Amino acid sequence: MKVLTLNFLTCAVKACKTTSASFPLVPKECELVSDTIAPNPTLLTNLLPRVDWPALGSIAVALGFPSLSPLPPTPADLENDTKMMADLHTLLLETQISEGSLVCANCGHEYKVKEGIANFLLPNHLV
Amino acid sequence: MEATSPNTAPPGSTNTIQPPSISQQDGNPSNSSTIQQESSSNPAQYEEQHVHTVYNEIAPHFSSTRYKPWPIVKTFLQSQPPGSLGLDIGCGNGKYLPINPSVFIIASDRSSGLIKFASQHQPHSAIIADTLALPHPRGKFDFAICIAVVHHLSTAKRRRQAVHAILETLSGKGKALIYAWALEQRDSRRGWDEGSEQDVMVPWVMKKAKRDLAEGEKNETTFQRYYHLYRKGEMEENVEAARGVVVEAGYEKDNWWVICSRGKGFEEGKEL
Ligand SMILES: [Zn+2]
Repeated sequence: MKVLTLNFLTCAVKACKTTSASFPLVPKECELVSDTIAPNPTLLTNLLPRVDWPALGSIAVALGFPSLSPLPPTPADLENDTKMMADLHTLLLETQISEGSLVCANCGHEYKVKEGIANFLLPNHLV
Repeated sequence: MEATSPNTAPPGSTNTIQPPSISQQDGNPSNSSTIQQESSSNPAQYEEQHVHTVYNEIAPHFSSTRYKPWPIVKTFLQSQPPGSLGLDIGCGNGKYLPINPSVFIIASDRSSGLIKFASQHQPHSAIIADTLALPHPRGKFDFAICIAVVHHLSTAKRRRQAVHAILETLSGKGKALIYAWALEQRDSRRGWDEGSEQDVMVPWVMKKAKRDLAEGEKNETTFQRYYHLYRKGEMEENVEAARGVVVEAGYEKDNWWVICSRGKGFEEGKEL
């Protein structure tokens, strides 16, 4: 489960979809591991406008990373600052939640992450 | 999840079953047999038994036979610009994930056995999720593929809901490619065609090597998977029922496919 992925996930419960509280899911008791993934600056630069930056910031802090800048870097920032690009690549694509839970702040349901894979199948009473 | 299989049996050995959805489709419950009522009263449970459990059992064997992507799917994925955000809904072992490493895809499947294979394809991501309860924000994604998945849903309503759920993830400009097994496949070894039963059980035969057998163990096990075979035009009907627009549609090697997007009257969260 990549940190980037969390930006595109919300609660699977239908009633939660329309509330702002269900996004982002809140990481709880998460263990992190680091993968080595080939950098792809074009992918990251083009994808960045799709990332909800405040949500990413709150996830980063919840996972124990330092606070992000208040505004996302611009394509020009990323092109000129290779360290900034490398740091973003590490945070978004290489940092993985290997074990832990993701919690919906609206309904409180916890989705387990095991061996790096989050499980969003709902128990019968929530379907 | 996959449709065509080198291990499926020849025509004649395919078991025809009662469509579980008939009482909902024709509004005439008095026609339904006990089997129909059982499966239509809880289609999710029916699919759990006749689709998901089977895929978990056959996952490693199934995955070792899945490597060739269909041309339409390949072209669709390759046409997405770098940095596009996509979904692979019902990704199985993730055989489409290596096609375009310049986009970011979140792949999902109900089978924990298959998703382990899917999670190995970088830079993408894999999660366990149900097509009818996807954990994604609405209106966010540039593209989605849903290959050989909707034919495993056992009622017409659930198939329409699946198409609606896929469209719900898409942005206004987003496009989805949906692909399912066709009823009309007279040239395949299965020999189904127009007029054949659309709801069928298809065997998957898993063979074990002699040396791996315990004493007295049979060298093959047959699993039955449920399929709804799409007839010509049926997928377009699903898209229209979900208030989507068919952008392109066609037939490729025993399968019907559509590329669709949200239509003007599309409504998020709508019960179909
Ligand atoms: Zn929730």
